Amino acid sequence: MAQVLVVTSGKGGVGKTTTTAALGAALAKTGKTVAVVDFDVGLRNLDLVMGAERRVVFDLVNVIQGDAKLAQALIKDKRIDTLSLLPASQTRDKDALTSEGVAKVMEELREKFDWVVCDSPAGIERGAQLAMYHADKAVIVTNPEVSSVRDSDRIIGMLDSTTEKAKAGEKVEKNLLLTRYDPARAARGEMLSVDDVLEILSIPLIGIIPESQDVLRASNLGSPVTLAAPESGPARAYFDAARRLSGEKVDITVPTERKGLLDWLFKRGAA
Amino acid sequence: MSFLANFFGKRSSAPVARDRLQILLAHERASVGEGKSDLLLQLQREIMEVIRRHVSVDQDKVQVKLDRGDNCSTLEIDIEVPGLESAVKAAEAKTDGKETKVSSEEKTPEKAKTDATGKA
Repeated sequence: MAQVLVVTSGKGGVGKTTTTAALGAALAKTGKTVAVVDFDVGLRNLDLVMGAERRVVFDLVNVIQGDAKLAQALIKDKRIDTLSLLPASQTRDKDALTSEGVAKVMEELREKFDWVVCDSPAGIERGAQLAMYHADKAVIVTNPEVSSVRDSDRIIGMLDSTTEKAKAGEKVEKNLLLTRYDPARAARGEMLSVDDVLEILSIPLIGIIPESQDVLRASNLGSPVTLAAPESGPARAYFDAARRLSGEKVDITVPTERKGLLDWLFKRGAA
Repeated sequence: MSFLANFFGKRSSAPVARDRLQILLAHERASVGEGKSDLLLQLQREIMEVIRRHVSVDQDKVQVKLDRGDNCSTLEIDIEVPGLESAVKAAEAKTDGKETKVSSEEKTPEKAKTDATGKA
């Protein structure tokens, strides 16, 4: 039975696309078939983060409007053969998505894949609503920062009211993913702590992604961080989150950077 | 520091990012926006139109691959034609508006491959 997962946040720039790519690749590495779907029509970026920007021919809007078949629009990842990308359109706007069209594509994706990971656009409007509408599970990406936490709270409310599951009287399984977390600053009281955020949002935590240079490096290279730097702190946190999404019980830790002696020396020298 | 990073085999990633963006944006500035059209996509659409005029092509049997490079982009259209003769007949039957069943004796599909290489 296929699982539809939406990666959402309300606020922009918190790491939805990074997370979609990293979780998609982590899930695909376990041998499951995974489609990552970009819902950010007009401002697509998942293709760029996945390193497939030069290979986009057709997109979600083409499939919805019948200009292309789903199989023609899906781009197979060159590194993991169980991973595929369905890009968003760059030239159209969000009105090009119809709820019937999205429903049809989602149904077809459910037949073909074990996991369908939807990358939501920022905001709470049509695009974001369509991205979450068919979800069984949601990952709410939140930064330990006031505006991000507030927007996540809005999104949690929407997941409980405007989704297909909510309308059928069921619940979308909600999971909090805390990104760009700096344990040292949180310990010094300069940053909201994990407990602060959990207390405010009161949904289960699925992972803590530490602030790390590896994330930017991976997007520079066009590779999900779980593939570009699988041993890095963020990648290990994403792998653990993927295992939890698959139903495994894994203790939550903040994976720290494994620093070499040289890094340590230079950091001291630079400070 | 960056010299040391290079020395220890960790190439910096920013130049890769800059190159990728330059190629991508060069294409998008030329093709995204009012009244602009992407040459490669237009080519692909028109090639398909011409082929469909002569042979009946199953939409499922068409694979389009695109690879945008900095100096040179390739558009690869892979069309499976179900035995040329019967396909032509089917296309003619279609234009006549008659629903005739074409017995396809040739089981091995011929492949028509069109490679269009365009200067980016």
